[in-house]
Amino acid sequence: MLRDALMICRRDLRIERRSRVTFNHVLPFVLTVVMLFAFALDADTTMLRRASGGLFWVAVLFASNTITQRSAAIDRPDGIPDALRLSSLSAPGMFLGKSAALFIQLTLTEVVLAAAIIVSYDVRFEGIALILMSIPLATISVAAVGSIYGPLAAGFQGRESILPLLMLPVLAPVLLAATNSFGVAFGTTVGPGWRWVALLGMLSAIYVVAGMATASALIEET
Amino acid sequence: MEPVLKLRAAVALLGQFPVLAGIDLEVSDGERVLLEGPNGAGKTSLLRTCAGLIPVTSGTALVLSCDLATDRRSVRPLVGLLAHTTGLYDDLTPVENIRFWADACRADPDDAVAAMDRVALATRLRSIPTSRLSTGQRRRVSLAAMIVRRPRLWLLDEPHAGLDADGRDLIDSLIGEAAASGATVLFASHDLDRATSVASRVVTIAGGVVTADTAAALPSGRPEGPGHVA
Repeated sequence: MLRDALMICRRDLRIERRSRVTFNHVLPFVLTVVMLFAFALDADTTMLRRASGGLFWVAVLFASNTITQRSAAIDRPDGIPDALRLSSLSAPGMFLGKSAALFIQLTLTEVVLAAAIIVSYDVRFEGIALILMSIPLATISVAAVGSIYGPLAAGFQGRESILPLLMLPVLAPVLLAATNSFGVAFGTTVGPGWRWVALLGMLSAIYVVAGMATASALIEET
Repeated sequence: MEPVLKLRAAVALLGQFPVLAGIDLEVSDGERVLLEGPNGAGKTSLLRTCAGLIPVTSGTALVLSCDLATDRRSVRPLVGLLAHTTGLYDDLTPVENIRFWADACRADPDDAVAAMDRVALATRLRSIPTSRLSTGQRRRVSLAAMIVRRPRLWLLDEPHAGLDADGRDLIDSLIGEAAASGATVLFASHDLDRATSVASRVVTIAGGVVTADTAAALPSGRPEGPGHVA
């Protein structure tokens, strides 16, 4: 299963490296979002700093929509779904591979986004460990949910609007927990930061297990 | 010896529509069976059913000793399907595509080059994105991807379509080689003159059932298959 996951992940990343969807479309998008908020709130750095956690994760969720659609589109055309069914690849392995490729692309996006926010919003860190734990856990959730709903939505007309309608409600708890964790880490809110991290860990485990459990049905039916 | 393919009153549904309506067919090892019939007769559906892609809802369906009625997934790694579509990733090169599919089918990825040599894919075309290839060149790449997995049952849907004269000759020789090596070939074609010269048996399908089953008129020297009049 891990071998299959590695194969799928490498293939998706190779295709991404050639098509450059993340690099050419998603990164400019998230940077524009950061700039627009900076313009909208102008010199009110206190407001920017307070909103930075939520803004970061909202931008990540919007970016994940584009990345997920691209990821799902890779396996749609020209007989590829049938070829995958005829292969010996394990369904959970394929799910893990797609999720891993999404995770890497999202992490790259988050690094650029975080750098832009730190520079533009004058963010100060009071809990770097919280941030370092929150980012991968939340990103695992986003990647897993994207790998579940991406192939589902890809079969519909109007998939561009259906995918966020499916994904975003499921990811609302992740947004809540990650934003609160960042708030504590940035010193803009007080509260049990590690409890939010624990919630993120629990959510990521649930989404990964759910994805592995439903992968076979997804591959057969989509 | 158990037949490679044994269908008895097999029914396959797509939605509510019976694409196979109680089909009877038996194919032995090493046969080259041509499926012919009008559009919508059920040729493609039969090939896809044999590949385990369409569920069999009633009747008996054994392919390579796998019972398609109870577990159609088990047959999938054993067959090779060349469909109308190519099943290739446009952003990958032909080499990357074939290596990926070989790997995905637990075959040896190092056979990719030999497979491309066999389908006579020009060396200069092997390292460019597949999206830049012509329809015929893409067809050769999918054929190489199928060869590399060394299937026991070849399922070819209009294999000559989109190929030039050399390509069509290549298909004919590959079918012969596959059968000679012990594999069984089931192929659908509308190019009857060419296809009947390759087949050992011709099965006519209409309305999702077999309406005729005859031994092909083979050129002298070619071994005759065990066809019979239905």
